[in-house]
Amino acid sequence: MYEYTDFDEAFVRERVAEFRGQVERRLDGSLTEDEFKPLRLMNGLYLQLHAYMLRIAVPYGTLNGRQMRQFAYIADRWDRGYGHFTTRQNIQFNWPKLQDVPDMLEALADVQMHAMQTSGNCIRNVTADHFSGAATDEIADPRPTAELLRQWSTDHPEFTWLGRKFKIAVTGSEHDRAVIKAHDIGLRLVQDDDGNPGYEVLVGGGLGRTPMLGKVVREFLPKEHLLPYVEAILQVYNLIGRRDNKYKARIKILVHETGIDEIRRLVESTFQENLARFNGVNQEVFDRIEASFAAPEFEPVYDVTPAVDAGLRSWIDTNVADHREPHYAIVTISLKGIGETPGDATSDQMRIMAALAEEFAHDELRISHEQNVILPHVPRRHLAEIYRRLKDAGLATANIGLVSDIIACPGMDYCALATARSIPVAQKISETFADIDRQRDIGPLKIKISGCINACGHHHVGHIGILGLDRAGVENYQITLGGDGTETASIGERAGPGFAYDEIVPAVERLIEAYLDHRSEDTETFLEVYRRMGPAPFKAALYPEAEARSNAA
Amino acid sequence: MAVIITEDGIAADDWADKTVYPFDVFWSGQELPEEALAVEFPNDRKPEDLVPWLDRIEMIRVEFPSFADGRGFSLARRLRTLGYKGRLRAAGPVVSDQHRAAVRVGFDEIELPESVAARQPAEHWVIRKQGSYQQRLAS
Ligand code: SF4
Repeated sequence: MYEYTDFDEAFVRERVAEFRGQVERRLDGSLTEDEFKPLRLMNGLYLQLHAYMLRIAVPYGTLNGRQMRQFAYIADRWDRGYGHFTTRQNIQFNWPKLQDVPDMLEALADVQMHAMQTSGNCIRNVTADHFSGAATDEIADPRPTAELLRQWSTDHPEFTWLGRKFKIAVTGSEHDRAVIKAHDIGLRLVQDDDGNPGYEVLVGGGLGRTPMLGKVVREFLPKEHLLPYVEAILQVYNLIGRRDNKYKARIKILVHETGIDEIRRLVESTFQENLARFNGVNQEVFDRIEASFAAPEFEPVYDVTPAVDAGLRSWIDTNVADHREPHYAIVTISLKGIGETPGDATSDQMRIMAALAEEFAHDELRISHEQNVILPHVPRRHLAEIYRRLKDAGLATANIGLVSDIIACPGMDYCALATARSIPVAQKISETFADIDRQRDIGPLKIKISGCINACGHHHVGHIGILGLDRAGVENYQITLGGDGTETASIGERAGPGFAYDEIVPAVERLIEAYLDHRSEDTETFLEVYRRMGPAPFKAALYPEAEARSNAA
Repeated sequence: MAVIITEDGIAADDWADKTVYPFDVFWSGQELPEEALAVEFPNDRKPEDLVPWLDRIEMIRVEFPSFADGRGFSLARRLRTLGYKGRLRAAGPVVSDQHRAAVRVGFDEIELPESVAARQPAEHWVIRKQGSYQQRLAS
């Protein structure tokens, strides 16, 4: 894992001191609320429906036990004993007091963490594949790239006052677990024909009210040119991206309106200029970054005895993935207990996860964009013990990738922008399908819920997406079908008229019934059936009255 | 009267009595002075358009319509990349927290409306000692 240098350490400490001063200047009136707002956002502090919310970065989702314990400490000391893991590998605390925030930031700095640039119109926390360094299909670990970008984008003098937020994601595998096509810039580590390392660069993806998939702007970018190239993209965006309308200010709109070919031309010419100014990256600094992500010292190979306990077997089937070392495994800890708030963990649960990482799993944890926690390097001989301890802590729900492994944004329960509730909808769906055997029969299914058009719940890329809107003061839920956030990415299509709050869960049940009726064999997934048959059978299930009317006509 | 901020503190505007020409002056056929040529730079224009004159210009005044509109930071960077060596001024209601970034992209000074300056005394403009990741990473 990356360890802070003296430079990083001094940097975050200074940022905390600076923010302390900004809070004081706000309180004494030398900063207006308008002026203070972007400054606090750049330090992760939002104003929500009921209180402030502090969003802390877990860069590329990687942390160790000590850092997880510090979250537990922060939750107990300054919040209400729990935290919420988000779809961008952050953790949010929902109830901090403004005057406590500088101390919370100081406590983060104590464990080499920060909340910088987790909100505001700047380059946000860089995300990466949560299986990095452990996946069987990995070409190269994306985290050195993500860390390099984290450093480069931190307090960047040119790009801290952009027209809108800017998100970068990196993957190093064939199978895209980082949803890179839904990011302002998506990077995929590749090799050219001679085996030289580099990147495929995508630009202009994003969800929100106008969902778009990123387009390839450069098929192969040599590794050493990453920073001047990304800087060129940002510069083009900063100078000619729209600023007249907040909803048209993301780079996806610029790419859409200008065309990818013209954007490519502009970026390439700016890139050539940048190369003259700085050619690549200080190799010493980058070598140190790369070295810090070396694999842990794996245990010697041994024979694995198969699990006998049924509960353990079922948990291994769903929550445990293969590791690049056959006697190791990747464990996903579900934060989607039946009827719980997706992504929430109590301070006790955090401490238990930290202890498991420290005792059994090379002291490493990951946060996934699907709001779960991962132990990336687990010797298989410890699986039974880990399962037992997770079960005692209420963390052994065996539902990864299944119908109750739902992504939901905070919605009306916390978010000031929400037009509908999303957490209670997730909870009701999960209770409806509480039976894990039934969930396993249904198979892989991604349900994603957003509480407003901003789409923080990624509903556009859910196999079933649910968007909560406000229709004349009443919650109304729109369904989209067929979305996909992986390497076969697609944006879901709207199914038809929305449903009331008490109709949405039955509607989801009907969709799943229709899928079960139409699948050709047990292994054909929901998404495969949708792609084979199109929306018709699903629409018929959603709107039986319309179906009956048209049959009668 | 506007207030000028530099790394040395607050100063009077030594350009107050001199002309700052509009951006389009080079295409207007107007007679231009041999010395003390200064130009307005609205933040939706292209730096390349000034290239033929960059050697002659003594000051470019880049407009910041609001502190939240950060186009000026990229404009300054580009003007410097294109070889401009003269004085570069950021003009508008920026906040003191932006002083560090302004200097790092190549601005020499900030021209602040009086009303904004009144709320932000000189000590707020002292640039805090903060390392630069960009400098550290550039080879
Ligand atoms: S989608 Fe809307 S309601 Fe949900 S978190 Fe984002 S802004 Fe808030």
